[in-house]
Amino acid sequence: MQDLGISILFKGINFQRLLGGLWVTLRLALLTIGLSTVLGLLFALLMLSGRRWAKFFCRAWLEIVRFMPQLVLLYLVYFGFARLFGWDLNGEVSALIVFTFWGAAEMGDLIRGALTSIPRHQTESAEALGLTRGQVYQYVLIPQTVRRLLPQAINLSTRIIKTTALVKMINVTEVLKVGQQIIGQFYRQPDAAFWVYFVIFLLYFLVCWPFSLLARRLEKRWA
Amino acid sequence: MAEPILRVREIHKSFDSTGVLRGVSLDIQEGEVIVIVGPSGCGKSTLLRCINGLETVDSGEIWLRGEKISGRTRDLYRVRQKIGMVFQSYDLFPHMKVMDNLLLGPTKALGRPRQEVEAEALRMLERVGLREKAYALPRTLSGGQKQRVALVRAMLMQPDILLLDEITAALDPEMVSEVLNVVIDLARGGMTMAIVTHEMRFAEAVADRVLFLEDGHVVEEGTPEVFFHHPQTERAQQFLRSFTYASKRDKGEEQPKNNAGD
Repeated sequence: MQDLGISILFKGINFQRLLGGLWVTLRLALLTIGLSTVLGLLFALLMLSGRRWAKFFCRAWLEIVRFMPQLVLLYLVYFGFARLFGWDLNGEVSALIVFTFWGAAEMGDLIRGALTSIPRHQTESAEALGLTRGQVYQYVLIPQTVRRLLPQAINLSTRIIKTTALVKMINVTEVLKVGQQIIGQFYRQPDAAFWVYFVIFLLYFLVCWPFSLLARRLEKRWA
Repeated sequence: MAEPILRVREIHKSFDSTGVLRGVSLDIQEGEVIVIVGPSGCGKSTLLRCINGLETVDSGEIWLRGEKISGRTRDLYRVRQKIGMVFQSYDLFPHMKVMDNLLLGPTKALGRPRQEVEAEALRMLERVGLREKAYALPRTLSGGQKQRVALVRAMLMQPDILLLDEITAALDPEMVSEVLNVVIDLARGGMTMAIVTHEMRFAEAVADRVLFLEDGHVVEEGTPEVFFHHPQTERAQQFLRSFTYASKRDKGEEQPKNNAGD
């Protein structure tokens, strides 16, 4: 074979297979981001509830998540839970559990930070205008919270998208795994690995870049 | 005298068992401007905050136009619609243009039509010299400009009374007068106001009556002429002296008494 390595991507359905893998990645990431946002909101409200046990619980959760490598958590859930509780979790469900466990704590902390960063006199001056409690939230507090939160939440989201690559370690056939399968088929082609990984790199870039641009633009607009 | 627009009767307020207001009473007539002065921590700001319900009183009563407004929890927002308040910090809503800041209260709290309020807002902005900032974002405004907008925002609610809580305390000195001139203009227009301030010359210029508050009590009350030039109580005399400085060229008998007392 004298072709350039990149041509193998256009043989048969290889490129579609890669895109299929990318879809697995994205589906997992989007589900994680969605669940993390919902649970993160609960996390933030718990943390701000003023109850000592709730605060302790959230702090502990956050510390675990920050210090524990995600890969270890993945193995713990995928292999460990299967043995310990006899749960036969498939890779994608395990990954969703682990990434949501991580994402919810990080997102919760971001939401908490955004909520508490709004000065108290914003509430007071809105109240002084005779707005009801609900209107104060609707027109003054929530819009400002969202503005502070969105750029950071988007950055977290791109980190989640990138981190999903780890699931290939627990037998989920996402984009990286598909790439390796393709490389395996074309082992005679010495530069196959380079081109396949390069294209995967480009795919990740194309997915994450718009998010980053959006975050940066929002940050500028709302600074 | 006519029925006062605001009656405050013997209000008490403590934070963590420290008495901040210990039996303060005061009447304000329609169109009257009262200025409340006193050393920091004397309870002046707390008094204003009690009037519009940002703090609840421990005892005593507050009446607005014959209606008791203290001790409510439910429809406090209705009371606040009639009481304007401007604070020390620039408290415009940073995510809204000046005009949206101005429209929020009248359209959402009072349900007035947007176009009508917008026309009125433009007239008032013109009056305070900020017509060209109507559609700017607050962060492009100077501190003095923000406070003028905050005054317009409070006035557009057409309140029965306006409470001003040290509105120039956070401003650079050169911006103080542009804000206070607006207040004097409002006073001339007949607005009823209760003003807490550290600007003594402004207080003298704008007040119909001065209240000197210390340790949660009204220690002295009188016209600005009497209070500033012939204060009756020793405490008021000491307080007013703290605003003057002895010249370094003045040596001899007249010892400065800036730090006397306390």
